[in-house]
Amino acid sequence: MANDSIIDVQNLTKMYKNFTAVDSISFDVKKGEIFGLLGPNGAGKSTTLRMLSTLARPTKGTATIGGYDIVKDDTEVRKLIGIVSEKMIMYNRLTAKENLWFFGSLFNIPKDVLTKRIDELLELVQLTKWKNAQVGTFSTGMRQRMNVVRALLNRPEVLFLDEPTLGLDPQSSVEIREFIRKLNRENGTTVIITTHMMIDADLLCDRIAIVDHGKIVALYTSANLKKTVSGADTTIMKLNIPNLSSVLIEKIQALECADAVTQENQTELKILAHGKDSFDNIIDAIRSNGGNISSMENLQPSLEDVFLHITGHQVRDSADQKIPAEQHRRFGGGSAQRRIR
Amino acid sequence: MSNMGAKTLFSHTMRIAWKDLTELFRNRLGLILLIVMPLFMMVMVGFIYPSNGGGNNLPVAIVNEDSGFNNLTFPSQGFISGLQLMNNQTHYMSFSNVTTMAEVKDLVQKGSLEGGIVIPSNFSQSILSGQQGTVIVITDNSNLQISAQINGFAQLYVEQLSTELAQQNVQHLNSSITSSNALAVVNPYSIQLTGIVAGSSNYFDFIAPGIMAMTVMMSVMTGLPVAISQEKEVGTMDGMMVAPINRLSIILGKTLGQTAKGLLQGVIILVLAVGLFGVAIRGSILLVFALLLLGVFSFVGLGIVITSFTKDQETAQMLMMTLMFPMMFLSGVFFPIQTMPWYMQDIAKLMPLTYASQALRKVMVLGAGISAISTELIVLIAFGAIMIAIAVPVFRRMMTR
Repeated sequence: MANDSIIDVQNLTKMYKNFTAVDSISFDVKKGEIFGLLGPNGAGKSTTLRMLSTLARPTKGTATIGGYDIVKDDTEVRKLIGIVSEKMIMYNRLTAKENLWFFGSLFNIPKDVLTKRIDELLELVQLTKWKNAQVGTFSTGMRQRMNVVRALLNRPEVLFLDEPTLGLDPQSSVEIREFIRKLNRENGTTVIITTHMMIDADLLCDRIAIVDHGKIVALYTSANLKKTVSGADTTIMKLNIPNLSSVLIEKIQALECADAVTQENQTELKILAHGKDSFDNIIDAIRSNGGNISSMENLQPSLEDVFLHITGHQVRDSADQKIPAEQHRRFGGGSAQRRIR
Repeated sequence: MSNMGAKTLFSHTMRIAWKDLTELFRNRLGLILLIVMPLFMMVMVGFIYPSNGGGNNLPVAIVNEDSGFNNLTFPSQGFISGLQLMNNQTHYMSFSNVTTMAEVKDLVQKGSLEGGIVIPSNFSQSILSGQQGTVIVITDNSNLQISAQINGFAQLYVEQLSTELAQQNVQHLNSSITSSNALAVVNPYSIQLTGIVAGSSNYFDFIAPGIMAMTVMMSVMTGLPVAISQEKEVGTMDGMMVAPINRLSIILGKTLGQTAKGLLQGVIILVLAVGLFGVAIRGSILLVFALLLLGVFSFVGLGIVITSFTKDQETAQMLMMTLMFPMMFLSGVFFPIQTMPWYMQDIAKLMPLTYASQALRKVMVLGAGISAISTELIVLIAFGAIMIAIAVPVFRRMMTR
């Protein structure tokens, strides 16, 4: 364990009957770091987070937060952490202020301190105007801001965020991401975030652990992770083929050098390939099968490509191996936009 | 636990209870239903069997066929005077004396009597030789309502007298009676009902205490699992679980909130019963509330156990319905359990609600004091304590899944 690490995880395992949700995960998180757990739904990242935040008991292995064992010293751990769950932790029939007051009072914060802190936090997320309105009347964006602020009542040293931008519109997602970054920069709060959205991990995290089937399959800084793909003899290309057909896609997939072929939309293909001649081979295959290439692009690898490269499959529900084309596009389509930005 | 720990446990418990009640009071429809539900129950059950002219001072004959034991007849005489003493307070019946059982049947048929209480020839002999003395109650089959009323109140009287005698006997125990005899005098009188078809008492006096006991106890047994599984489902439970609080304060706070809700409903029923349906409370109102609280206590453990096994709200709701129906109909809330077949009576005796509603009925209808309901108190306390002993480890396991 490094001296500057605030979280130290050793062989953490969670089993539900015969199913291993988290399979002997080990990692450490440095103080003040934003650490991402990236992976498809069902990969075990939420379970890992629940164990670290003392909400679930590990089957095997240990973890410490700030030197406290998550099982033996759970009360001490709870004093140090805040959790923003995928579900909104608040009562719809209580007002914003009442909600914060209720959860804050469970932390034994002196009354005057708590009152002041609630006002500050509501101001911070621009909800002061609504403090006496029942949370049930709030918009999703407002509710998520409340949800985040609730986790900050005890001034946590470690903040856990489980899919914090799930179901939010782009505007609210941006707000939440900016808020997390600000918190990390100004208060030095260590942040652990789970997400299946590449964009969250890409934009926020100092380091990213890629989780698949309950295991960490890669752990790098954001920049290093991309280098592992582009540094190798891997090529990522985007081709626009106006007369794209399923026969053509099958022909390309059959090529030895093609690792993954994804249809982005009606005319666009994204191909991940390896080997020096991969470009030539793919173009030859398309041409010889009657395909017209109208444009071609050599891409910088995104985190999604990294995931594809490492795990051999796309970011998706591991429980649902065959994914519909619509979902393909959801994961694939976003990456192009991101690169333009 | 240190004093400090107890103090924070208490404060967290209060916060959680306060939060639950605030939510309750913000829910307008829920609040209205809180009042409407018991009102419906009272009106429905009360008016399905309409009251026959108020039903007070029903003409009932007492027949003493007791032939005595070694010329001693004081057991039957004591029983009769006890019966009269009690009736002088309540005036449910108006007693007259008739000599034979056949004569009573004749007079009931003619309509000049509504029923009779017969003390058989072996009554004193049975009591004095350490057996149960059985009393026979005769009523008019054709008049279901009156019949059920007389049965219900005769039962209450006999229970009360039985408890009194048992206590006297136990006092004697120190000096004369051996312990083997004592076992036989736990229930010195028993009642045998004849000539009745099963039916419910039409009396609000009879049903109001039962409905009160049921509502309050149900609120804990079923309200607790529903409230907790709802918080688990919505996710707010995580918010409490991740706070550095004693897990016990979650369950205590929830219980307190549900108890307050249940008691509120109990008070509403009481007010409705007294104000709208003319129910009189003869016993101590404090004792009534103490009994309701004891009822809650006896059900907390069961509620927690159910909570631990229900993962979602839907299951909790279904479980609630499953448990509520046998409880409602088997615990003598609506029908005197004496009118049930013996095997059903045995089942009824396993249910704590039976004892709670019986004790509450004795206090409210007969004005009984603590000593008269000691059996019920002991059963309720024992049941509650055993269930809590089971519940605490089960709950701890659930919380650290």
